[in-house]
Amino acid sequence: MNPIKISTRGLTFFYGEQQVLFGNDLDIAQGKVTAIIGPSGCGKSTHIRVYNRIYELYRDQKAGGQVLIDGVNILADGEDLIELRRRVGMIFQKPTPFPMTVYDNVAYGLKMHYKLSRSEMRDRVEEALKQAALWDEVKDELSRPGMALSGGQQQRLCIARAIAVEPEVLLMDEPTSAIDPVATARIEELIESFKGRYTVAIVTHNMQQAARISDYTAFFFEGKIVEFSSTEKIFTNPNEKKTEDYITGRFG
Amino acid sequence: MKPRPSTGRKLTDLFVKGLSIAASLLGIFVLGWILFEVGARGFAALNWDFFTQLPTPPGVEGGGLSSAIVGTLIITALATVIGVPIGMMAGVYLAEVGKGTRLASAVRFTVNVMMGIPSIIIGLFIYTIMVLPFGHFSGLAGAVALAIIMLPVVARTADDMLNLVPNELRESALALGLPRWRVTFAVVFRSAKSGLVTGVLLAVARVSGETAPLLFTSLNSVYWPTSLSEPMSNLTVTIFNYAMSPYPDWQQAAWGASLLIMAAVLFVNIISRGMFKERKK
Repeated sequence: MNPIKISTRGLTFFYGEQQVLFGNDLDIAQGKVTAIIGPSGCGKSTHIRVYNRIYELYRDQKAGGQVLIDGVNILADGEDLIELRRRVGMIFQKPTPFPMTVYDNVAYGLKMHYKLSRSEMRDRVEEALKQAALWDEVKDELSRPGMALSGGQQQRLCIARAIAVEPEVLLMDEPTSAIDPVATARIEELIESFKGRYTVAIVTHNMQQAARISDYTAFFFEGKIVEFSSTEKIFTNPNEKKTEDYITGRFG
Repeated sequence: MKPRPSTGRKLTDLFVKGLSIAASLLGIFVLGWILFEVGARGFAALNWDFFTQLPTPPGVEGGGLSSAIVGTLIITALATVIGVPIGMMAGVYLAEVGKGTRLASAVRFTVNVMMGIPSIIIGLFIYTIMVLPFGHFSGLAGAVALAIIMLPVVARTADDMLNLVPNELRESALALGLPRWRVTFAVVFRSAKSGLVTGVLLAVARVSGETAPLLFTSLNSVYWPTSLSEPMSNLTVTIFNYAMSPYPDWQQAAWGASLLIMAAVLFVNIISRGMFKERKK
């Protein structure tokens, strides 16, 4: 296996009194795509929402255990959340462009983290939009509102926005479940192109998608990790009966 | 099984429908009547002098309400400057910073209670803390009284409008590494902009017709407003004084002032409606 970027040990998670993750241990390989699959409500989204501590927006949500990124426990008290979230970007289910222009959507986060001259800024915005395979479509409409783009374009705008700040990890929470199949294919290509550059953890409902784009797959069930292995092994010869039942569509 | 005859239910249906139509027509009729009456009588009072001249004693030709118009503008503007930022920040606390805390529910309850406090009581309150100790009425006290009336309106609408912004937007801004205050002011506020502006406009409209709180605070004056620490002329108290007077020319001026306020409030309401509609597009 590749070097490990994120190493989760004994991760537990609570919504108020209700426990939803039970002692998750998971290793996410550097520069690879790791898919997290499982039936609705199994805790897969909750699991990756710990990696950038975004769950802390909600008062009643609590995580326990350890999440080591490059060997440092990011759940520790002194963690700088702003820098953590620069290093660990996130793409959500629904595209969420900010209520500003296409250009500013990408530039806003950049301005936050880097001091750049006007022309450097333009270059970085262009570079990010190119990496997100959106540049050709929007290069003449950078001053249009981000909301005016199509759903698939909006999602790629969100990806451009996330990679503009030069993250090391990209968390994707069902990034294609709200967009059409053609746009989905483009985003899958994009994820493919990220291999080697970014460490990607993607939660997906779509097993074909996991099989197509990921190197490793973790199967979650009722808050526990039932099986974690190379994607090939999970989809052809899983060790666990439960995994086989799920990927063959017997439940979920 | 034989169904019950439906004639009775149909009749009840017709009756309820007729009743509700009659009630709404009555409401519209009364509103139309007020608009018409104030419009017709007030219009006659409006002329160049009305806007440019100071008030004259009863029976003296000419004269206008320029001082009251300017006074009302000053008091309302000052009230807005004091009341809106505080109300807005309270709304931010309710919807963003303190969301779900016990303090937030206590504040929300207080805000709702404040909305129900009769404005005359707020006038008396400011009278005891800002007029009695200094020994004189003042425009500033009037502005503070109006600001207190605006506060809960602004806080409440800000709370409601910020709550309409989906959490996904907050999450994606936070996930980009923005500090919380930037998430609130740069992203969430921008998203809720037209709703927030609507709230402020409605609060302004709400206080611009208030009389009772000014009666105890700013009182009135026949002079051009020069200082915030002196009684300040304003339209609503002028209407009160003039309408109660036995002089026909004063009564006439009161109608003119009423039309002016009514038109202004109507204008602000229409603008805020327009803004809110635009947002929904």
